[in-house]
Amino acid sequence: MAERNPLDIEEVKQRARKREPVIPMEQVPDAVRAIRCDIIEMIAKAQSGHPGGSLSLAEILVTIFSQKMRFDPSNPEWEDRDRLILSKGHGVPALYATLSWLGAIPREELWTLRQAGSRLQGHPARALLPVVEASTGSLGQGLSIAVGMALAGRLDHKDYHVFCVLGDGEIQEGQVWEAAMAAPKWKLSNLTAILDYNKGQLDGFVRDIMDIESAAAKWRAFNWHVIEVDGHDPTAIAAAVDDAKTVTDRPTMIVAHTVKGKGVSFMENDMSWHGKAPNEEQTKAALAELGC
Amino acid sequence: MSSAAQTTNGMAIVPEQKFSMRGAYGKALVELGKTHPELVVLDADLSSSTKSGLFGKEFPDRFFQMGIAESNMIGTAVGLASSGKKPFLHSFACFVVGRFEVIKLAVAYNESNVAITGTHVGVGIGEDGYSQMGTEDLGMMRALPNVICLQPADDVEARSAAEFLMDYEGPSYMRITRQNVYRVHDENYRFELGRGEVLRSGTDLTLVASGAPVGYSLLAAERLSGLGISVEVINMASIRPLDGELIAESARKTGAVMTVEDHSVRGGLGSAVCEELAERYPVPVMRTGLREFGGSGTEADNYRIHKLDVDGITDNARSFLEVIRNKA
Repeated sequence: MAERNPLDIEEVKQRARKREPVIPMEQVPDAVRAIRCDIIEMIAKAQSGHPGGSLSLAEILVTIFSQKMRFDPSNPEWEDRDRLILSKGHGVPALYATLSWLGAIPREELWTLRQAGSRLQGHPARALLPVVEASTGSLGQGLSIAVGMALAGRLDHKDYHVFCVLGDGEIQEGQVWEAAMAAPKWKLSNLTAILDYNKGQLDGFVRDIMDIESAAAKWRAFNWHVIEVDGHDPTAIAAAVDDAKTVTDRPTMIVAHTVKGKGVSFMENDMSWHGKAPNEEQTKAALAELGC
Repeated sequence: MSSAAQTTNGMAIVPEQKFSMRGAYGKALVELGKTHPELVVLDADLSSSTKSGLFGKEFPDRFFQMGIAESNMIGTAVGLASSGKKPFLHSFACFVVGRFEVIKLAVAYNESNVAITGTHVGVGIGEDGYSQMGTEDLGMMRALPNVICLQPADDVEARSAAEFLMDYEGPSYMRITRQNVYRVHDENYRFELGRGEVLRSGTDLTLVASGAPVGYSLLAAERLSGLGISVEVINMASIRPLDGELIAESARKTGAVMTVEDHSVRGGLGSAVCEELAERYPVPVMRTGLREFGGSGTEADNYRIHKLDVDGITDNARSFLEVIRNKA
């Protein structure tokens, strides 16, 4: 597996506990590239998984975790931590790789993805791995849990922030809109959702399967503060989170336009890479292109 | 039927008197709210029916009206639980367990400390008809690996079970009735998880009952006694875990077990009892309860149609024993 210059975890911890950037913004693209390398290697080793929707997520997760999250990699139960729920649970290789980079999962454990007995289940399993905030994978459920976490923060007068990452195909699920209706009722400005709008789902392009357009207008109509960004631009993602935190009377939805399979040209916008592992030759090509 | 049916602990059913299970439950939540700041309550536009609204009136800040959106209510409860709250969520059993897959993943697989209360169970709800009746809920909830399933028999037990759930850590499901029910416990009774309760001793037949039919089973036992049949009545409020030991012990004595529940005979108490007996001490079992869709009608009519009233239970018990005798 590719060697990697690891972060100083003590330093990460000290900064992240204060919600300070754990690396300078200009280093985020490099970190993203390394996460993409891990995603390919994990899925290749497991010979199963979802590369397309994991690769599209990399900038979103790395930017939020490295720049905007308050957390403690050694204490996933810390009451004051910011929370991030990956509602599109099939993108979890990107989350495992990011958490491992930040010292919350041992690096060698990444290569156990999807194996019998591993804590790194094919979709996140909180009971096995508490650093993931919720077991997800049945699409449509994560935002409701995020609403509950944000409500609990309100009740306890805590200033933690709750993030929830949804897939674009995922918002075809009705439960998402139940949660979309609920969050503004309590003016949950401590909740920010991010839509990984990679335009694809298992059976094809979202626009052909069940179009979600106009996604931004839909969320606005549900009384969310909506920001549209290029989901592969870390600076724009970070700015959108800052913007979200200035809003005090409603939750925010960041519609992040992304490319499914981003970074590996033969996977980009090819829906056959939604849920299949690369073979040996394809793995080599992908890793070479990513510069792993 | 003038004589009151006596339980072994001296409690007598008064046939003219019935008590509100959901009322007692709702009041229990209010009492618990006074001493447990972590208690939060959710409902999906049925709070005046489930009686969770009593809590809402007393503690508006800890009551969440989620609207007619049960899936989101379940997920929201999980989020609240993950941040240290103890959520009790409410709807009709039919509607909340109807969102089974959300319960499976968000509640059960997360090992979330959420108490699910489904009210308006069985054909006992009466006139509203099948679309409102929780009739397969136990079969579904009992199938989940780590969810405890409770069904109190009366108002006293509903209150005690609510108190138990407040202190319990983990996912739970409790089903309670719309209709008022006979009281089979005195005020000092305390619910115990995994423990069945012999309400009346007997030697010819074991009746294992749960929920509203427990009172009717006791009255039927009294009538059967007049016909020379000695019936043991067990109240099984803890459907999961189930007190298989007690059931097997009683089966060794009587050699015949009949289950009585206002739920489908597939998947609920009857199935659970068969599973335990098959592994511990196989004896003939007759499952009684719902074998088809329920329908509109008064509670009394519905219990007569589905043979869950005193006449029905008595009749079923006699035919069951006759079948066994003929085979012997």
